[in-house]
Amino acid sequence: MSAPAPAVAVAVADLPYAVPKRRGFFARFVTTHPLGAAGLLVIVAMILAGIFAEQVSPYDPLAVDYGAMLAKPSAEHWLGTDTFGRDVLSRIIHGARTALLVGFLSSFVGSTLGAAVGVASAYFGGRIDMTLQSLMDILISFPLIVLALAVVAILGKNIVFGLDLNLIIAIAIPMVPRVYRVVRSSGLAIREMAYIDAARTAGFSHSRIVFRHIAPNVVAPYLIMVTALVAQAILLEASLSFLGLGVTEPTAAWGLMLSGTADDFYQQAPWMIIFPGLAISLAVFAFNLFGDSLRDWLDPKIKL
Amino acid sequence: MLRYTVQRLLMMIPTLFGVAVLVFVMLRVMPGDIVELRLRAEGAQVTPEILAMERARLGLDKPMLAQFFDWMGGLLTGDFGISMWTGRPVAHEIAIRLELSLELAILATILATLIALPLGTLAALFKDRWPDRVISVFAIAGLAVPSFWFGMIIILVLLWNLNWIPPLTFTPLLEDPVKNLSQLIWPALAVGYRYSAVATRMTRSTILEVLQEDYIRTARAKGVFERLVVARHAMRNAMLPVVTVIGLEFAFLIGGLVVTEQVFNLNGIGKLFVNVLARGDYTMIQALVMLVAAFFIFVNFVVDLLYAVLDPRIRYG
Amino acid sequence: MKLHLVVMAAVATALLAPISAGAQTPKKGGELKFAVSAEPPDYDCHKNTSFAFIHPVRPHYSTLLKFDEAKYPAIVGDLAQSWQVSPDNLTFTFKLKPNVKFHDGSTLTSADVKASYERIVNPPQGVISIRKASYADVGTIETPDPLTVVFKLKKPNAGMLAQFASPWDCIYSAAKLKQDPKFPEKNILGTGPFKFVSHTAGSHWIGKRFADYFEPGKPYLDSFRAVFVGGAAMVNALQAGEVLVEFRGQSPANRDKLVAAVGDKVSVVETPWICNLVVGFNTEKKPFDDPRVRRALSLAIDRWQGSQALSKIALVRDVGGVLRPGYSLAAKESELVNYPGFSKDIKKSREEAKKLLQEAGVANLKFKFINRNVGMPYTPVGVFLIDQWRQIGVTVEHEQLETKLYQAALSSGNYEAGLDFNCDYMDDPNILLIKYVSADKSSVNYGRYNDRKLDDLYERQMRATDPTERTRLVREFEKHALEQAYTIPTIWWHRIIVYWKQMKGWHLTPSHYVGQDLAEVWLDR
Repeated sequence: MSAPAPAVAVAVADLPYAVPKRRGFFARFVTTHPLGAAGLLVIVAMILAGIFAEQVSPYDPLAVDYGAMLAKPSAEHWLGTDTFGRDVLSRIIHGARTALLVGFLSSFVGSTLGAAVGVASAYFGGRIDMTLQSLMDILISFPLIVLALAVVAILGKNIVFGLDLNLIIAIAIPMVPRVYRVVRSSGLAIREMAYIDAARTAGFSHSRIVFRHIAPNVVAPYLIMVTALVAQAILLEASLSFLGLGVTEPTAAWGLMLSGTADDFYQQAPWMIIFPGLAISLAVFAFNLFGDSLRDWLDPKIKL
Repeated sequence: MLRYTVQRLLMMIPTLFGVAVLVFVMLRVMPGDIVELRLRAEGAQVTPEILAMERARLGLDKPMLAQFFDWMGGLLTGDFGISMWTGRPVAHEIAIRLELSLELAILATILATLIALPLGTLAALFKDRWPDRVISVFAIAGLAVPSFWFGMIIILVLLWNLNWIPPLTFTPLLEDPVKNLSQLIWPALAVGYRYSAVATRMTRSTILEVLQEDYIRTARAKGVFERLVVARHAMRNAMLPVVTVIGLEFAFLIGGLVVTEQVFNLNGIGKLFVNVLARGDYTMIQALVMLVAAFFIFVNFVVDLLYAVLDPRIRYG
Repeated sequence: MKLHLVVMAAVATALLAPISAGAQTPKKGGELKFAVSAEPPDYDCHKNTSFAFIHPVRPHYSTLLKFDEAKYPAIVGDLAQSWQVSPDNLTFTFKLKPNVKFHDGSTLTSADVKASYERIVNPPQGVISIRKASYADVGTIETPDPLTVVFKLKKPNAGMLAQFASPWDCIYSAAKLKQDPKFPEKNILGTGPFKFVSHTAGSHWIGKRFADYFEPGKPYLDSFRAVFVGGAAMVNALQAGEVLVEFRGQSPANRDKLVAAVGDKVSVVETPWICNLVVGFNTEKKPFDDPRVRRALSLAIDRWQGSQALSKIALVRDVGGVLRPGYSLAAKESELVNYPGFSKDIKKSREEAKKLLQEAGVANLKFKFINRNVGMPYTPVGVFLIDQWRQIGVTVEHEQLETKLYQAALSSGNYEAGLDFNCDYMDDPNILLIKYVSADKSSVNYGRYNDRKLDDLYERQMRATDPTERTRLVREFEKHALEQAYTIPTIWWHRIIVYWKQMKGWHLTPSHYVGQDLAEVWLDR
């Protein structure tokens, strides 16, 4: 009986069959999910536009110019001007900043809160779960408009660094129950598994089990929800501003550009609404594409 | 299963109650009241006595708890009270506008379903090939486009090409069905696009799942025509989740209705909602919120039941 | 000789015949469709304040006197055949037209007039008479016979005659009021040219010609239909001719759009409006308790140039002080330019403004400016003002609130400065100057200040029945108010009405509450 042959490293080039090249993580993502990558590209462009808005915009978004009111798109104003003569393109670029900030912050706040409550609900179960479910049910069945109006009305406007914190809260609240549901069902699936019982029997503390076993498994749905909800937040902010409950004049925000005086004049000056609407659609579109690809990548089986 | 059903049914009651308390308190905590708005907003010289008198007439001077019990008592006997702005019964104000919104919602649903089912199936059948890509883009765009903006664009397009403007008053369905449908088709489209997008995606993913199931594979192996496979086996099973999603999204239509009715100038529940909110008409707002919430909760209940039937992991003893 | 006189008489008549548009013979028949952008909450004239009420409801009622639409502000009798004012201005005697019928067939007598006015002057328990304060000087109302009403005032009031022409003083049936003082809230029974037919909430309102109207031959229309629609939908309807007119006012852009689309089929009429936007300062909040700061903020505003620019995008246009430019008692331009903030030398004004701010110690003032969340004309004027203040180094945050919240903020004093309005149904200083009078006397003074000089001047001008004396007092009032700058007028609204040429017999007045009984309107089809 001879000793087993020693393991020898063999160069890939010497192998008699073809081995597919292993590309980097990012490259893999781009090739398997071209649409998602495109979405990511748009998102990055938006973020850059938001950060460098002052440098990139041709005009000051607040600069009123009575000489050029409702001007058609031209060489001076690529996308035309609005009722006050303000450059539409500049307002769209600055609007990206508002949209992203409001979108990210609301989504992050809402999702994190929802996830935390969802994990707690899934883990503790029983009466705590029932109570939390009822609370979330109440929240989710409350019409968004009333909720937003109430928050804005009761808390007023709390502007910090040019951003209305209370609007962010108003937009975040309806997200909480939605994230809660998804995270809870993921968490539930884990909880039912045998190894959690084993961990409890072994005497591991609640927090250890939650953080080491349950939480990692809900990270995927959480990330997916955050991305999807940024899109929702942008849409929501647009709707609220359209109804006059969101950002107000003279801030540059896409939803705001579609409401107010725009509503009276858009049939004569359609560029005033076409471009901001396209901006909203493009942003939400990009986030949705990216979110979809993210979901395919991380957890194709998830039911949202 | 029965226990779960009963549990969920019973949970509906405290949820509804919670909504009632929440809306009631929120309204009264918010600054500004309808009396000031109604009498003062046009600049008339109103003395504090007049304001106090109006408040007393509307019952706004009673302690909050008393007002709440008055309202709750009325609800239980089916009396929604009277509108604080017009003095007409709340039920009447809602009823005359409900027909239009319901019709719009149903029309949007029909449109959405008619678009979603064939498109979703097509996308599933041609997965990753160009029809799928095109349809997916169409669907994702539907989720991205703000419905009110889409409505404005529709109006613009119709204005330019057909010289069409949204009609002043809408002909009721029973009076002239053809005219009514021709008027409502456009707002239904505006609201329905988003709806169809969600349904299309759902149809696509469920059919994909079903198409991978073993028995479908067997059927295919037996040489049955692919189309037949889809038609007979896949569709039947895919229907349930799709119907579920269509049902759920119907509840979300309310949001779309509010903005679309503004854009198309429809005298429906959505527009009523915006108006009564602006006026601070407590009784109307409370009634509308309860209506919407009850609807939501009921639809959620039905959906939860269906999910429990489908996925045993969700239901627990 | 006789022939010569006859010819002269004929020529004289021909020359003196009215050249106005209504000179043709009115045609009978047809339904006038017009748009109203809001709906009346209930049907009681004495309680309501909105144009949304006047436009559909006014045609059902009559008042004692009314303004002559074509010759505003001349006054003619509506229910009154003739009237007399005693030399001491304390007794007003009205002789009513005979055989005036209510829509239910009953005959109007002085008792109905008395009951209606009693309700306005001294409302019974549970009834709201919102303009009660304007009738504080009315002492007794007597009815010596069924066709005569005598009002005895406690003190002379220079604006009282015009007050009787108020479009809000609908005459109700005494019998119905006796049965139920709140009858008019839900029921419409008047003596006006049109009978009430129906009100479909959220949709439209229909009134039908009253065959027994006391003006023979009128109304010319068979019926009218008020359609409740606003915004872009209303403009589209106007363009398509689905409604012939909207009686409140169009924005300049909509006017241009309509003229561009159907210019040959519509007429455009314009006038300064009895409505202006004012900036109100909360004098309880520093530094707005300092008149220098307030005056500085008024000086910074380039009203003359600004109004030109704003008039293109908003329904504002004219520069005026506390009274409507064009009104007989308002300041003329030569007088206006001497007031702080109204000089045409804006550079000089702004220099002075900066100096005043420096003196007051708030050179880099920052504050929050509240405004209504309404597009026209609040938003553009708000944006404009903030831009003007930026020119003197003042940073202002624009907070637009929903009307309900805005009203709450004003009433509770929870604001620093805000864009408010001062509008009313007629020009009389008694009504318009109330805005500036001390807070303990005026419920529309949101500035929370008391100024006895203004109160005194107001009282005196109210009692000054001699027009020259009254003008002088009003000028003094204005000068003091503008120097103290508690509440500063910025710009007056401009009423633009676009209507289809078919509609005749309607005349534009500076108030959208006046001239709306539709008795003279006819359709040229």
